[in-house]
Amino acid sequence: MSAPEIDRLIELLAKLPGLGPRSARRVALHLIRRPAQLMAPLADALSSAARAISTCQVCGNVDTADPCRLCANPERDATVICVVEDIADLWAIERTAVHRGRYHVLGGTLSALDGVNPEDLNIAKLVARASAPEVSEVILATNATVAGQTTAHYIMERLAPAGIKVTRIAHGVPVGGELNYLDDGTLTAAMKSRRAL
Amino acid sequence: MEWTDQGFVLAARRHGEGAAVVQLLTREHGRHAGLVHGGGSASKRALVEPGNRVQSTWRGRLPEHLGRLTLEVERSYAAALMDDPGRLSALAAACVVVETALPEREPHPALFHATEVLLDSLVESADEVWPAVYIRWELGLLGELGFGLDLSSCAVTGQTDDLVFVSPRTGRAVSREAGAPYRDKLLRLPEFMAPAEGAEISVTSVDLHDGMKLTGFFLARHVFAPLNQPLPGARDRLTDLLESLPDLK
Repeated sequence: MSAPEIDRLIELLAKLPGLGPRSARRVALHLIRRPAQLMAPLADALSSAARAISTCQVCGNVDTADPCRLCANPERDATVICVVEDIADLWAIERTAVHRGRYHVLGGTLSALDGVNPEDLNIAKLVARASAPEVSEVILATNATVAGQTTAHYIMERLAPAGIKVTRIAHGVPVGGELNYLDDGTLTAAMKSRRAL
Repeated sequence: MEWTDQGFVLAARRHGEGAAVVQLLTREHGRHAGLVHGGGSASKRALVEPGNRVQSTWRGRLPEHLGRLTLEVERSYAAALMDDPGRLSALAAACVVVETALPEREPHPALFHATEVLLDSLVESADEVWPAVYIRWELGLLGELGFGLDLSSCAVTGQTDDLVFVSPRTGRAVSREAGAPYRDKLLRLPEFMAPAEGAEISVTSVDLHDGMKLTGFFLARHVFAPLNQPLPGARDRLTDLLESLPDLK
């Protein structure tokens, strides 16, 4: 039997991805043993993050400022918008530092089974952003899944009246990948997306 | 309990952190679900993409259990269709319609075979034949579910030629002459859905529109309305895309 505060802590930690009740107990014990060095700073960091973080009304990214730093940065290329499904995808592309333009986070993909329709996604704002005169290209960086590509095709249709260039990221062989070990689907997509050298 | 069967992945829903509950349309066991360990993880997600033809093994202590599925991909149809909005929509629509409409664990080998023909057609047909194949597939699905349309002869005169309407009440074909006074109330039957013997079939975008409207009407009334659901959004998107297709020869 432990104190209700500890039980509550374990219960909340167990809800984090990668943690179950046993690993949550280990984490809780680790925190309890280091109250000054870890537990109090973590509690402060969590509460200040919860207070300060909001969703950017322009692109759907999360930040402490609205518009977010990516949207507000004048050094970023405002003519190119990269469309991603989720904030994790935005972070992944940002890590590569290959895209210096703006982003747009959809917040998911179209899914008939889960009842996700176009109006449930951040598509209307994208269409409005893409209609701005300074925008010249929209890059669709949705996942190479049926849902991701269906969403990309839908967005392509919606953007057609704007008359801007719409591209999508390539699908195929990963860097360091050996053809012999690739699945048939990836190889098929790679062959279909081949380009002249 | 254990069985091995061929199947098509219809849908995968994440379960917990790494697993997925996967719905299959199998050859001998109908629509069947099972838990795929690791099916929700990034490394195995490609395994459970809708439309994949898989070799599946189901194991469970009792038949009524959800059970565990192990899958091996035989063919990934989606990968070949990624760049084609129409064909990809047809694949998505077929998967969601079967997933919603078909009762679980009821064998439908004919539907499995028809789905195989449809997916092969989506990948391999060089021309735009696949929309007609999709509509014929929905017609077959209605038949498998017990709501088949009788397009063999006119419900009024009994004649077997010049059938151009379908009665929305009975689902039976009506000839041009007998249906003329009620044409506003009848559904149009495109020629490719009930072709006369030896006739050369041409399919226009109007025919495809009428075909989707015809099967959509009966799917909505007999299958989706009792489930208190509208026709799936994926099917609506396919209908919209078919409107923009060029006429077929």
